[in-house]
Amino acid sequence: MDYAVLRFIWWLLIGVLLIGFMVMDGHDMGVGTLSPFVGKTDSERRAAINSVAPHWDGNQVWFITAGGAVFAAWPLVYATSFSMLYIAILAVLWTIFLRAPAFDYRSKVNDVQWRSLWDWVLFIGSAVPPLLFGVAFGNVILGIPFHFDDSMRLVSDATSPLSGFLHLLSPFALLCGLVSLSMITAHGGVYLSLRTTDDLQKRSKRAALIFSGLTIVLFALAGLYVVFINGYIATNLNPNGESDPLAKTVVVASGAWLNNYANYPATIAVPVVAFLGFLLSWIYTRMNLFGRAFIFSSVGMAGVVLTAAVSIFPFVLPSSSSPSSSLTLWDATSSKHTLELMLIAALIFTPIVLTYTSWVYKIMRGKLTAAKIEEDSKAYY
Amino acid sequence: METLVNLSRLQFGITAMYHFMFVPLTLGMTWLLVIMESLYVVSGKVIYKDMTKFWGKLFGINFVIGVTTGLTLEFQFGTNWAYYSHYVGDIFGVPLAIEGLMAFFLESTFVGMFFFAWDRVSKKQHLLFTVLVAIGSNLSALWILIANGWMQNPVGTIFNPITMRMELDSFWSVLFNPVGQAKFFHTVCAGYVTASIFVLGISSYYLLKKQDLAFAKQSFRIAAVFGLLATIAVIIMGDASGLQVYKVQKTKLAAIEGVWNTSQAPAGWSLLAWPNQDKRENNFNIEIPYAGSLILTHGLHGSITGINELIAENKQKIIRGRQALLLLEQLRKTHNNSPELVKQIQAQAADLGYAMLLYKYTDNINNATAEQIDMAAMSTVPNPLPLYYAFRGMVGFGASFLILFIVAVLLSNNKSNIMLEDRTKFLKFALFWIPAPWLASWCGWFVAEYGRQPWTIYGILPTYQSVSSLTSGQLAFSLTGFVVIYTLLAIVEIWLMLKYAKLGPSSLGTGRYYFEAKKV
Ligand code: HDD
Ligand code: HEM
Ligand code: HEM
Repeated sequence: MDYAVLRFIWWLLIGVLLIGFMVMDGHDMGVGTLSPFVGKTDSERRAAINSVAPHWDGNQVWFITAGGAVFAAWPLVYATSFSMLYIAILAVLWTIFLRAPAFDYRSKVNDVQWRSLWDWVLFIGSAVPPLLFGVAFGNVILGIPFHFDDSMRLVSDATSPLSGFLHLLSPFALLCGLVSLSMITAHGGVYLSLRTTDDLQKRSKRAALIFSGLTIVLFALAGLYVVFINGYIATNLNPNGESDPLAKTVVVASGAWLNNYANYPATIAVPVVAFLGFLLSWIYTRMNLFGRAFIFSSVGMAGVVLTAAVSIFPFVLPSSSSPSSSLTLWDATSSKHTLELMLIAALIFTPIVLTYTSWVYKIMRGKLTAAKIEEDSKAYY
Repeated sequence: METLVNLSRLQFGITAMYHFMFVPLTLGMTWLLVIMESLYVVSGKVIYKDMTKFWGKLFGINFVIGVTTGLTLEFQFGTNWAYYSHYVGDIFGVPLAIEGLMAFFLESTFVGMFFFAWDRVSKKQHLLFTVLVAIGSNLSALWILIANGWMQNPVGTIFNPITMRMELDSFWSVLFNPVGQAKFFHTVCAGYVTASIFVLGISSYYLLKKQDLAFAKQSFRIAAVFGLLATIAVIIMGDASGLQVYKVQKTKLAAIEGVWNTSQAPAGWSLLAWPNQDKRENNFNIEIPYAGSLILTHGLHGSITGINELIAENKQKIIRGRQALLLLEQLRKTHNNSPELVKQIQAQAADLGYAMLLYKYTDNINNATAEQIDMAAMSTVPNPLPLYYAFRGMVGFGASFLILFIVAVLLSNNKSNIMLEDRTKFLKFALFWIPAPWLASWCGWFVAEYGRQPWTIYGILPTYQSVSSLTSGQLAFSLTGFVVIYTLLAIVEIWLMLKYAKLGPSSLGTGRYYFEAKKV
């Protein structure tokens, strides 16, 4: 297969992994974010938490595998993004850590304070990571200050680590963070409505409606903002060449992130899908058709992720201080041999994973009620 | 730079050691749970179901922190070892990604089923879930140790000067790397030993307290038999790992054995010595004649190359590698990717990594002084003293486990009048010895990783070159954060573990066990 085709397939596959992560890990992060608010009693909160209890760990593997796949397919992107966004990545890790013990330890001690402590720990572990992912995506769109020296050693061009970190929190990046948090909360709200009953379900439904509406508004705002920020344009890229990011030239222009939509009008479908997804999700939630609402909030999230990817195409990690050090999907990949090998692995294992994941969800399907939990208290989280 | 490298090393070592507090127990407990649940499915006796559920509870408390600490390592290559990730990601990323796809998904999806699907599926189906968790966790060990084995013995790879990195040449060599294979079996068996001692020790506690005797005896017996087999395997595979070190990592071997000057065949084996790096000799040394050749080569004809000779050899490699490195610098500076130059560099690339050792002492390779070359050569062998004792510590622990399990198996099958619960001395020892397998594993990792220094990729990429361009302040911040968070998590984990271990099977709420019966 052509090196360029392989590279393009891997761009798609990383997108699929990110979407998988958003859809799967997203709904249990949404549940963790909402549970202290929609669950008024301990049993209600437990019903919410137990709707994802058997699955959160498997879902978290989307995150891990996305990390591993970026390492294997785009080693320079893996190295650059994680070391240049050091403090932000640490904040993601340190808050994500909190999820596992919050799920497993919360109900291991029968004490009100202990439990409410873990409820808030779960909230932090569920709400902060999506917020920060959004912020990180926002910064990628803005460009990160780095360059490579002659031996391809990465050098940070941030004035100081602390100011570099504060710089990450620019208004646009924060807006992206809110889009991300809001869509995950909406998604979690829809999932909770699907799996619970009575008051808990009513409150979850309300949350789902509020946050899918909010997502539409925030996403539109972010779209408007992009008109005014700098985009990047690359020339003399060779999609079939060796992965040497220093070989191209790049110019910066305000609003250039919209060029792809002008040059290839069909791509406008992608942001449209994002809007439609959340709109339909909102409508189906109103109609109490939560299964469909869940499908469409998933579609909406896929649309949002792809919108970001398509806007900056072919870039995946632009550099604001040294634009020609920017990383694109054509010059920052692994060797052809590695991409081929990983493609085979992905083609074999992804269908297997999807099959047993749906089997497992099928086994655990059905409504969870506070009464059920109280009846068989030791069997649940 | 020096501080940055040291802090990055410290952070990797500490976070890896934390991860390895939880990993070995997971690796072994999953199989013990499979055994217990199989007994339940075959015999239908409810005590085996309770055993599976109770030991499963302890397994769960451990598992979640294993997952948590693993996350750090997955991303730490990018955050703290950016140059490493760029330089070898083409190869090293592959097993990591496959691990996620093939192993972590399996393990983590079905661990949820293990805990929550008891009443939703048939007995046999539930057993299948448990088996899948065990297979998943062991597959994850396989892939990560293939990755780690490749760092120790980097096969199947070729240097590309244009992309300035190592690229994958043969996946099969990486997959069937004998170092990775030996490591896998040795390490998973170490996990089986760990879990067996854990179950044995806690069961001994119930026997000492005379609570839930039938439950404890049955658990004790299973752990004793499984543990004995695992200990024998760990020793055999340890021996196999030693053979690999002898073959591919002469510097590590010489340091472990404290051999300064080549000892000709048949070489002795040092039983007790005090290697002194300043004087470059052992302060004293008690040797068993012939044993060195016997252990390391399974024959009498192998010699052990000494540290002093290795340093002299490596000095030549540095000098040779310098030619290639200078050509490479020229190619990078001028962006002259002419095929001839590329070929020329690739032909000489074998010793490229050795020349990179010079960067620690000078930026200007061309003008490196004789003294700097000597310093770089000296740095190719790690300090023998800690390696010498860590290795002997591991082996000593291994011997103690062998004795422990032989006695345990004999006792648990004893038909004489003295009951197992009256063997209080042995039971107390088993309880007291619970931390020992963790210490043995830590010794093992120390030997493997510190012994590889000054390299992250043996002979190819120096540790000094591997780090990210961060500041020491950032490292101090992150290191403090990790230590604080991990320590808090570990305290909660250990507290819960003790609480549930003390409570015993009464924690299941079945009404059949000690504390519940008493309350009624
Ligand atoms: C010999 C075994 C072994 C070794 C050397 C390592 N791990 Fe590990 N890891 C496991 C054996 C394991 C396991 C048994 O599969 C774990 C431990 C406890 C657990 O819950 O799963 C796990 C969990 C675990 C997880 C969470 C997986 C999940 O959610 O299921 C990640 C991301 C990593 N590890 C990553 C790493 C990395 C990047 C390592 C090396 C630097 C590493 N591990 C060393
Ligand atoms: C299977 C994966 C790995 C495991 C389980 C592992 C385990 C360990 C352990 C237990 C230590 C502590 C040794 C000590 O006390 O110093 C350590 C140290 C270290 N590891 Fe690894 N490691 C792994 C992979 C790696 C990788 C991929 C790197 C490089 C990027 C690396 C770099 C280091 C460094 C630099 C140290 C410090 C060595 C020292 O100063 O002693 N390790 N590792
Ligand atoms: C009794 C005989 C034993 C021998 C001869 C032995 C030998 C070895 C050797 C040579 C290594 C280094 C491999 C390398 O550097 O690549 C090693 C590593 C290791 N050992 Fe042992 N060992 C023994 C017992 C044990 C025991 C009882 C445990 C734990 C319960 C253990 C756990 C480990 C671990 C976790 C490592 C690091 C992983 C690896 O490199 O394989 N070992 N062992």
